[in-house]
Amino acid sequence: MPELRIPERGLVILVGVSGSGKSTFAARHFAPTQVISSDFCRGLVADDENDQDATRDAFDVLHYIVGTRLRRGLLTVVDATNVQDRARASLIEVAREHDVLVDAIVLDVPESVAQERNRLRPDRDFGRQVVARQHRDLRKGLSRMGKRIRRVHVLQGTDEIDAATVVTERPWNDRRDLTGPFDLVGDVHGCASELRTLLGELGWDLEYDDRGRAVGAAHPEGRTAVFVGDLVDRGPDTPGVLRLVMGMVAAGSALCVSGNHEAKLVRALKGSDVRRTHGLAESLDQLEGESAEFRAAALTFMDGLISHYVLDEGRLVVAHAGLKESYHGRTSGRVRSFALYGDTTGETDEFGLPVRYPWAQEYRGRAMVVYGHTPVPETEWVNNTICLDTGVVFGGALTALRYPGKEVVSVPAEQQWFEPVRPLAPPVPERAPGTLRLEDVLTPGAPTWLSTRTGKVKVPEENAAAALEVMSRFAVDPRWLVHLPATMAPAPASREDGYLEHPEQAFDAYARAGVESVVCEEKHMGSRAIVVLARDEASAERRFGVADGSTGTVHTRTGRAFFDPTLTGRRVDGLRASCAPLFEQLATDWLVLDAELLPWSAKAEGLIREQYAAVGTAAHHALPAVQRVLDAAAGRGLEVAGLADRAARRTAGADAFRDAYAAYVRPTDGLDGVTLAPFQVLAAEGRNLAASEPHPWHLAQLGVLAGPLLTPTRHRIVDLASPDSRAAATRWWLDLTAAGGEGMVVKPAHLVDRAGKVQPGLKVRGRDYLRLVYGPDYLDSLDLLRGRDTGRKGGLAIREHRLGLESLDLLVEGEPLWRVHQAVFAVLALESEPVDPRL
Amino acid sequence: MLLTVSTTHEPARDLGYLLHKHPDRVQEFRQSFGTATVLFPEATDERTTVALLLDVDPVRLARSRPRNAPDFSLAQYVNDRPYAASSLLAVALGDVFSTARAGRGGSRQDLADTALPLVIEVPVLPCRGGSEVAHRLFAPLGWSVEADPLPLDERFPAWGDSRYVRLRLTGTVRLADALNQLYVLLPVLDESKHYWQPADEVDKLLRSGGDWLATHPERELVTRRYLARTGLARAALVRLAEVGGDVADETDERPVPLNTRRRDAVLQVLSELGATSVIDLGCGQGQLVEALLGDPSYTRVAGMEVSSGALRQAARRLRTDEMGERQAERLTLFQGALTYEDPRLAGYDAAVLMEVVEHVDPPRLAALEHVVFATARPGAVVLTTPNADYNPRYEHLVGMRHPDHRFEWTRAELADWAGGVAERNGYDVELRGIGDPDPELGAPTQLAVFRRA
Repeated sequence: MPELRIPERGLVILVGVSGSGKSTFAARHFAPTQVISSDFCRGLVADDENDQDATRDAFDVLHYIVGTRLRRGLLTVVDATNVQDRARASLIEVAREHDVLVDAIVLDVPESVAQERNRLRPDRDFGRQVVARQHRDLRKGLSRMGKRIRRVHVLQGTDEIDAATVVTERPWNDRRDLTGPFDLVGDVHGCASELRTLLGELGWDLEYDDRGRAVGAAHPEGRTAVFVGDLVDRGPDTPGVLRLVMGMVAAGSALCVSGNHEAKLVRALKGSDVRRTHGLAESLDQLEGESAEFRAAALTFMDGLISHYVLDEGRLVVAHAGLKESYHGRTSGRVRSFALYGDTTGETDEFGLPVRYPWAQEYRGRAMVVYGHTPVPETEWVNNTICLDTGVVFGGALTALRYPGKEVVSVPAEQQWFEPVRPLAPPVPERAPGTLRLEDVLTPGAPTWLSTRTGKVKVPEENAAAALEVMSRFAVDPRWLVHLPATMAPAPASREDGYLEHPEQAFDAYARAGVESVVCEEKHMGSRAIVVLARDEASAERRFGVADGSTGTVHTRTGRAFFDPTLTGRRVDGLRASCAPLFEQLATDWLVLDAELLPWSAKAEGLIREQYAAVGTAAHHALPAVQRVLDAAAGRGLEVAGLADRAARRTAGADAFRDAYAAYVRPTDGLDGVTLAPFQVLAAEGRNLAASEPHPWHLAQLGVLAGPLLTPTRHRIVDLASPDSRAAATRWWLDLTAAGGEGMVVKPAHLVDRAGKVQPGLKVRGRDYLRLVYGPDYLDSLDLLRGRDTGRKGGLAIREHRLGLESLDLLVEGEPLWRVHQAVFAVLALESEPVDPRL
Repeated sequence: MLLTVSTTHEPARDLGYLLHKHPDRVQEFRQSFGTATVLFPEATDERTTVALLLDVDPVRLARSRPRNAPDFSLAQYVNDRPYAASSLLAVALGDVFSTARAGRGGSRQDLADTALPLVIEVPVLPCRGGSEVAHRLFAPLGWSVEADPLPLDERFPAWGDSRYVRLRLTGTVRLADALNQLYVLLPVLDESKHYWQPADEVDKLLRSGGDWLATHPERELVTRRYLARTGLARAALVRLAEVGGDVADETDERPVPLNTRRRDAVLQVLSELGATSVIDLGCGQGQLVEALLGDPSYTRVAGMEVSSGALRQAARRLRTDEMGERQAERLTLFQGALTYEDPRLAGYDAAVLMEVVEHVDPPRLAALEHVVFATARPGAVVLTTPNADYNPRYEHLVGMRHPDHRFEWTRAELADWAGGVAERNGYDVELRGIGDPDPELGAPTQLAVFRRA
């Protein structure tokens, strides 16, 4: 019973004359969606599966479908006669374009069987000579078929065809089943002693043979080592390195990919005429001193190394020179060449070394890519990729990366073992200035679906388009723009007489959502501000990639700078000093704070003058005049009592309105008089504090800060089950707002499920403050205003909050700028949603 | 909002007769935006005053509109409509006093035809252009004008005056004329009109203003502001000319505007470069793209713009939806931003950055340089930007030439930046000027031509 082993994600070409039973075979062994038949495609483009005039268009469609499936990594079976070389060649070309393997399954039935089957099918009325010709073509091509096809499975006769079974094979590079933890080791280049030291540092137990040579290693925690290749050449003890690594790989405690130096050494050992440069001579000389058995074993080992591995459910890819995303898990000559030599352009630099295309700058894949090949003075994350070759053989260091923890461990070289062709420090790679690509944030003609760890968030195209304009024209440098605050919904409308918003509704809403206690924070009437502080220029460059000397930013809820660069710099310096205890407490060299910038007039004086003061003065002068007219009319005995009442009420409303805005006006001059009221420590080194700590923790951390630049945030914690506690909080709110306060924000006092439906906060604004929002006389229209819809705003708040937490997660985890920016951009995009701005 | 009209023409109580309103009654008139009340705070034969009170409820006004109406903003609820004598008051006045406005006096037609001593008071009048405009508009009509500016907030003296004045007009004028003048001039003084203007607005204006407006020295200002939309204003001016005087012909010779010269200069450079494919980065409403499409030597023309609104207007200007196939094949319009890498920007002989860089924050210029010069790498880049050296030649210019300009470069500053960009990215740069040059300060616009080395 023949067992056909075919590639799991490759292309399978069925070959056989008409009537050989290809469709029946395909239906038996593959899912209907995996099989693309030429007849089916003919039907698609001509409404007739046998219309031979449509063959050309039908194959265009077939190639398109096949190509799309292969690009997406799906096994694809082509059901067409494929007896001619030409027909197969175009399919092989499609497979090559997508770097997948091609197998052929040949159904070789006697011509008479095929002729008989066709005779019984009324739709196959072509002559007998057609099948005869196909048969001749098949015979002719059979011997050559194996050239560009990995395996040709020939099934002779109907019995063999009926008995055959099909199994799929994973490609060798597919080790997604291995989930680590891993210790990934950079280029060793024969530095055996440093390798032993490094493994010791990492906690490995080395095993020695009776001659005291290291021949294996195991980790007590069951870690797996992964070598990124270039074990050999240049260094003092290539055989020693090979012996140890071969032992580890054989024992299953290590994986190793091939480096370009192994590939070349293999060719040399096999007798090819290769130039003994770049340290090859050292390897060959050292191997001369080894036994023939060892040389043979080393050759077998190196010759069997594959060019890359996909590990840990696809989250980790290891290749000697790195690998772009479309090549992950693929198999072809060019994939191997990329993995071994990098994305070379064919040019060489002034040292005669190949010029490599900086593929990592463009990398947008989710998998972490770990590689070596190009010696760098220090490891650096570039778009979730990292090069571990720190040039130990040139006197640098041997470096390992611990996965998944991302800890980098290095041991210095014992000496410079080999003179580099060019200085070890390569020309500093031009750090692309916060390189972002349009496709990171905007998909023309389609909404963007952004994956977060709490589900996907949809950003409609028109919102993204609006955000693009705001982001590119007004926002601060994207490297500083690591977070935007979510919007916040008001508490549901109150039925309390004379109130549109009231604490009880917020308490009720949270109690219903299962929240047990809440924290009520004073809502400062100012402008929402996000503050990013780096300890110094070095940490600004290290953490945020900003090297222009700036060390932080203060920006608005839409990402605009509050001040010009000079003033921003001064305020950042001041805030850093004020926050010094926090830097110490959190052992961090950077902070992101959520805050309110005070007073409101600092940023909004134009708005206050043009809108609020103007309306206020109009009311202030019009209403007394109206009252005078009505007084005179009343004096004449006219019935104007109702009008006079209303005028008096409106006069009082206008006065309250004028007092409301005046309370938020304080003289400021540049930075003088401007303070910051922080209420959350969003993130610090290694910690997404917004996600990991409850609000009382944040307030406690910030409570120890003091200084003229900071305004404290008054707050209290409320036990929702206690009527007394709730009543006391309501009194607190009434006092706060009676004294001119804007109101308060109510938030859960303990952590709630990020993926859940609990509002991150609800605002409860004061009665008089709301005059600024709904007009001086809004209390006359409470019946209408209570009907306002807060649902949309609430939904938006939840989605923006999730995105905000996501951006902080990505920042903290050291994900590339473009990913952080995607989440930040999405918040801005959602903010362009037309939601009632009064909510 | 409030307006009062008083007279001392004895018997003054006849004012009620002329207005068709009984001085001893309080009458209410429903308007779509609120309630108008007419009452007489004094009514003696010596002196009678009528008051028009308009009670506008902004909450109700806002709630009656669709959510996506253009003024969906905070200003819907918080605005001066309930207090200031705006166009809404004019609408109410026109409605409530329509008979009197028509000058019909019934059996007292003689009184209606007589110029009466009148005092009109408006406690809060929005007055665009300041109290001086109130004088210019009312004084020629025979009024003695008091227009006292109201302070924005006396608690914050530094804020100065508001846009409102307390208006008091004293004069001897026919009542119908006075009412019609208010009907037309209140909206003119107001910041904006608050209802849509149908085409019959022209008739409305002529009906109310026909006689006195035709000879008013400020008739052009009145017409333009009243009708806001230029097409209507033009039609009205022509018809006014038939009624009263002449209209200045606007086709007089003017120097070619700078933006036209800029466009011509860029087209000239593109032709010198021999470019056949051009991308306009920051194409705005597509003026340059339109010119390029008009020249068959450009086989591929692209326009990129960050504002989707401007892009829609560009598509309308270029009539992309009815463009022929061959023409459409030459053109690509898309949204993009100069601080984001974008493969669609690559593959052109020349890229144009016309009056664009000065809208980019200086810290983001490095990203623009990267996107345009390092990533897209067109054969040539043609860049124009204002010459800050030249700014003193603009008499009334304070600060920069456009409120959104983040900087304006002197010739030395552009030379410095352009030289650096060219060196870092492998281009040669040549600097020129556009517009009539000043011997010391250079041309008003600077032009930089980068050629890939």
